[in-house]
Amino acid sequence: MIEEKEITCIVCPIGCRILVRTDEKQIEKLDGNKCKQGIEYAINEALDPRRMLTTSVLVKDGEWPLVSVKSSQPVPKNKVFQVLKEIKMVKISAPIESGQKIINNVANTDINIVATRTVKKIMK
Amino acid sequence: MINRQVDVAVIGGGPAGLSAAISAKEHGANSVVILDRNSWPGGILPQCIHDGFGVEETGESMTGPEYATKYIEMAKQENVEIMIQTMVLQFDEKQNIIAVNKNGIHTIKAKAIVLAMGCREKTRWHAMIPGDRLSGIFTAGVAQSFINLYNIMPGKNVVILGSGDVGLIMARRLRFEGANVLGVVEILPYASGLPRNVVQCLKDYDIPLFFNHTVTSIAGRERLERVKIAQVDENMVPISETEQELKCDTLLLSLGLIPENELSKNANIEIDEITGGPVVDQNFETNLGGVFACGNCLQVYDTVDMLSLDAKRVGKNAAKYTDDQKQKENGIRLLSGEGVRYVVPQRINEYGKMQLTLRADKPKDVSTLYVLFGAKEILKKRLPWVNPAIMIKIDVDISSKVLESGQSLEVKIK
Ligand SMILES: Cc1cc2nc3c(=O)[nH]c(=O)nc-3n(C[C@H](O)[C@H](O)[C@H](O)COP(=O)(O)OP(=O)(O)OC[C@H]3O[C@@H](n4cnc5c(N)ncnc54)[C@H](O)[C@@H]3O)c2cc1C
Repeated sequence: MIEEKEITCIVCPIGCRILVRTDEKQIEKLDGNKCKQGIEYAINEALDPRRMLTTSVLVKDGEWPLVSVKSSQPVPKNKVFQVLKEIKMVKISAPIESGQKIINNVANTDINIVATRTVKKIMK
Repeated sequence: MINRQVDVAVIGGGPAGLSAAISAKEHGANSVVILDRNSWPGGILPQCIHDGFGVEETGESMTGPEYATKYIEMAKQENVEIMIQTMVLQFDEKQNIIAVNKNGIHTIKAKAIVLAMGCREKTRWHAMIPGDRLSGIFTAGVAQSFINLYNIMPGKNVVILGSGDVGLIMARRLRFEGANVLGVVEILPYASGLPRNVVQCLKDYDIPLFFNHTVTSIAGRERLERVKIAQVDENMVPISETEQELKCDTLLLSLGLIPENELSKNANIEIDEITGGPVVDQNFETNLGGVFACGNCLQVYDTVDMLSLDAKRVGKNAAKYTDDQKQKENGIRLLSGEGVRYVVPQRINEYGKMQLTLRADKPKDVSTLYVLFGAKEILKKRLPWVNPAIMIKIDVDISSKVLESGQSLEVKIK
């Protein structure tokens, strides 16, 4: 199936509107870019758009009520809200170390959710 | 009263203060202390949980908290002392600092001072939005700290005024937390935030961006219930026929940042009206010898990368000053001409190679940047595009002849 997508390039502030025509997983045509720098970005955006995901997870007994987290790799764009939904159901006990794995294979993406800060436990 | 002496005292422990302190240590300062009023080091970074920090500097994209941790660890390794929950009340031209914390009042005599107080956000009063005084109006950064640090949602139906990066990032953050973002309203015909954020925070989630629009009224009883927005004409005056009402309980303001310089003003440091930060020379030294400025209290940087790199140079210069307290000449001025909003440094008092950072006044295609000495071009550089959201960095070589002339230099973009 032939599809056309208009991608706004983010490589520089000119923001070229690059028209990408794809046939299944093949690039048919690329048009509208003033330079070559954005080509790779446009192709990825057309075939398999992904985004780094950052959010936070609830913490029990921590110095803070939340710990900030990120996806270990960029998440397919169409799975962002599914991943967020799964993250919202989790509550983790302090102490938490930066880099600690919080969720394994989130929403069956093979991607993990990892803490980006340390949260100490509070003594009651 | 607790008295002490240090080589370099740094006011503010955000990325600028941390970088400067680490670098001062690396360049031979014996004792370096950071004073910060927050109960954590790292400044604004712990609430900036999104990624994109450090790309230019290290090639690696980190989140704000990760970036802060990296610098805090380096500071510890260099034996930089960090005093948190310590508020600086004043300093003077003799490098005496007065600060307060729960142990009492501290007087600190430093050989050099580095200003790294960061900035604060513009409020409703800067945009002069008429209407009721009610709850539900927040600056974007405050909403960010509520959501990301304290787990408090500011509201459900949100309008954002101003397309600065903080506002764009908050649009996406609010969507992630289940709020309905009705749109971002921008008075200019272009976004003031980075293109990446326009795409990845708004377009990705179909959040409308209203260019040439502003908020014309705010209404509700105790809590915000609705705002009116309207298109503006070329003189930025709202066109009443275009007015529309948006039902919302929350208005976030992302109107820009103002360098935090109350302390500097009280110490009689000369402030640049455009940048809002101290007037500095090529070494980032203010008009008070031995007092240097860096980070967002000097000028509002686009990204933390450039900010940290400059702050490192500031730390080095402060360390150098501690063993060579040379009084400098006033030097010559560097003026912003046509097409240029501002240039830092504003003064030059040494000849040789140096870096200038500047901003254009509006977006343009292919342009030429000139550094002029009278009618003579000291530097001419073609730029493929210019955008006020993206700072321009250029290297120039200033000769002793230019310096000795006493004449100002001018920077232009045509
Ligand atoms: C919402 C938001 C999003 C951002 N996103 C990005 C991004 O994606 N990528 C990027 O590269 N950059 C980003 N930035 C910019 C980056 O965070 C800032 O440029 C950087 O934090 C500024 O560093 P700073 O050290 O100058 O100031 P700050 O981090 O603000 O630190 C200043 C410190 O000084 C302290 N202080 C002030 N006055 C006193 C006093 N009198 N006594 C004691 N302490 C004092 C304050 O408490 C504070 O801790 C973002 C900024 C914000 C606000």
